[in-house]
Amino acid sequence: MAEQAGTRAPRIILRPAEGVVSGEVERELSFFERAWDNGAVRKVVIILALAALWEAYGRYTANPLLFPTLSDTLEALMENIRSGVLPARAWASLKVLLTGYAAGIVMAGLLTIAAINTRLGSDFLETMTAMLSPLPAIALLPLALLWFGLGNGSLVFILVHSVLWPVALNTHSGFRAVSNTLRMVGRNYGLRGFAFIRKILIPAAFPSILAGLKIGWAFAWRTLVAAELVFGVSSGQGGLGWFIFENRNLLEIPSVFAGLLTVILIGLVVENLIFRTIERKTVLRWGLQQ
Amino acid sequence: MAEAPLLDVNGVTLRYKTPGSVVTATERVSFSVNRSDRFVLLGPSGCGKSTLLKAVGGYLKPSEGAITILGRKVTEPGPDRMMVFQEFDQLLPWKTVLENVMFPLMDARKLSRKEAEDKARHYIEKVHLTRALHSYPHTLSGGMKQRVAIARGMAMEPDILLMDEPFAALDALTRRTCQDELLQLWEETRFTVMFVTHSIGEAIKIGNRILLLSPHPGRVKAEVVDVDAASPTDGSAGRLEKEIHDMLFADEAGEAH
Ligand SMILES: Nc1ncnc2c1ncn2[C@@H]1O[C@H](COP(=O)(O)OP(=O)(O)OP(=O)(O)O)[C@@H](O)[C@H]1O
Ligand SMILES: [Mg+2]
Repeated sequence: MAEQAGTRAPRIILRPAEGVVSGEVERELSFFERAWDNGAVRKVVIILALAALWEAYGRYTANPLLFPTLSDTLEALMENIRSGVLPARAWASLKVLLTGYAAGIVMAGLLTIAAINTRLGSDFLETMTAMLSPLPAIALLPLALLWFGLGNGSLVFILVHSVLWPVALNTHSGFRAVSNTLRMVGRNYGLRGFAFIRKILIPAAFPSILAGLKIGWAFAWRTLVAAELVFGVSSGQGGLGWFIFENRNLLEIPSVFAGLLTVILIGLVVENLIFRTIERKTVLRWGLQQ
Repeated sequence: MAEAPLLDVNGVTLRYKTPGSVVTATERVSFSVNRSDRFVLLGPSGCGKSTLLKAVGGYLKPSEGAITILGRKVTEPGPDRMMVFQEFDQLLPWKTVLENVMFPLMDARKLSRKEAEDKARHYIEKVHLTRALHSYPHTLSGGMKQRVAIARGMAMEPDILLMDEPFAALDALTRRTCQDELLQLWEETRFTVMFVTHSIGEAIKIGNRILLLSPHPGRVKAEVVDVDAASPTDGSAGRLEKEIHDMLFADEAGEAH
């Protein structure tokens, strides 16, 4: 520090870059980093572990009437698929499910649009959700059977009930949470009425809407299987619930497990393939959800 | 030079109704903006700058007076008056930078996809964001987001661009870059802009005319014209800054802005 008095002045000392400049601002992740980052890969690992546990326990108890092994179950599953029984039952369930799910979503959409446009609609939605959403859909089944008879009408009715409230509630709260800035931007573009809802509100509230759709799906699926267990055959062809019930009565326990497995598999496929894909292509890519 | 003003704000009083009370944000404010003006609204916090800008944007109805643009009375928001907000969340998060700029061009201006894309690319290049063309807003920095919003507003080639403290939430360095960029753009296209700020320095740098507002309720206190003549090199900008400061804070000495 050999500084003479009077010569001190601010200076800028340039620092040449040390070593090789990597120039790296953005870098592709390696294959393994990407694989482990992928939630699906991690989940498959978990499922494989559970499957191994099942097989081991089944062999240990060696009581196929109470707890068949995974291999027995898979064998029953294959057999039932080959004979065409299981696919037919699954399709029967899915058909009813999709009808009820779609009807529920359409009604939720109408109710939410009424709710965001009018104060009365909003009060109506809030009151109805508060009253009806704690009511398990299955509890409405006896009444539905009385009104719509022993058929798909009753099933669709209770499915609508199980889908409508969660979807409407989530969509509505999603719409209300859209920031004032985005609303002003939309109106700046001259968007009004339905165009405003479609082009601004729905995408902006998409995380909530998607959450509502997922909850609605889970509720509907459970409600349907439970309802089918209760009253079984409708219009000559039962669904998965009936398949499970029937095979239990025949003491075909591996088939019961195969039916349960099918219920789980369909649930997993919808959750992990369909909803995850939608999520990845929308809210995750937009940074609206981590 | 007897051209009719582009924007005319005539005796405008703006009020907010809150539960239990009515707040008067501005009272009988009049001014007019000519074509190619860089018109700055300057005043301390709460003097109704944002409120005035929102009224010009068509979001608020004056309870007295009228706002006309090119002879048309302003009654609702529209793409002839593009807004640039202070908030970073003004871009549509589900669209990339390019799509964000293209969307109003196609939706409100009814351009074809091709025309919209060409125009959008042109303006994105002007704000030096070609690199981020296909990025989603959440991956951009605050300054980049504001520049996209400016590109979006300018690409629409509105009658007037309305900017509400667009750089207030930026760090000092980025703010200066953005200010310089905006001036550069103005040199090229001579658009009309109305710019809200509470920084005297920014007002002098950006504006050619400055409207000084006083608070509670907001009223016009003075207008500074030919701001262009002030230059930062010979000290005249500094003197003007001091003069404006003394005037704004004359009756409320000590109150921070
Ligand atoms: N939504 C509102 N409801 C009620 N009063 C409001 C509302 N928005 C603003 N005000 C009031 O109107 C007045 C002017 O507000 P405004 O936001 O226009 O001020 P500003 O000049 O933009 O201030 P700043 O520099 O802090 O942004 C303030 O007194 C404020 O309290
Ligand atoms: Mg403001």
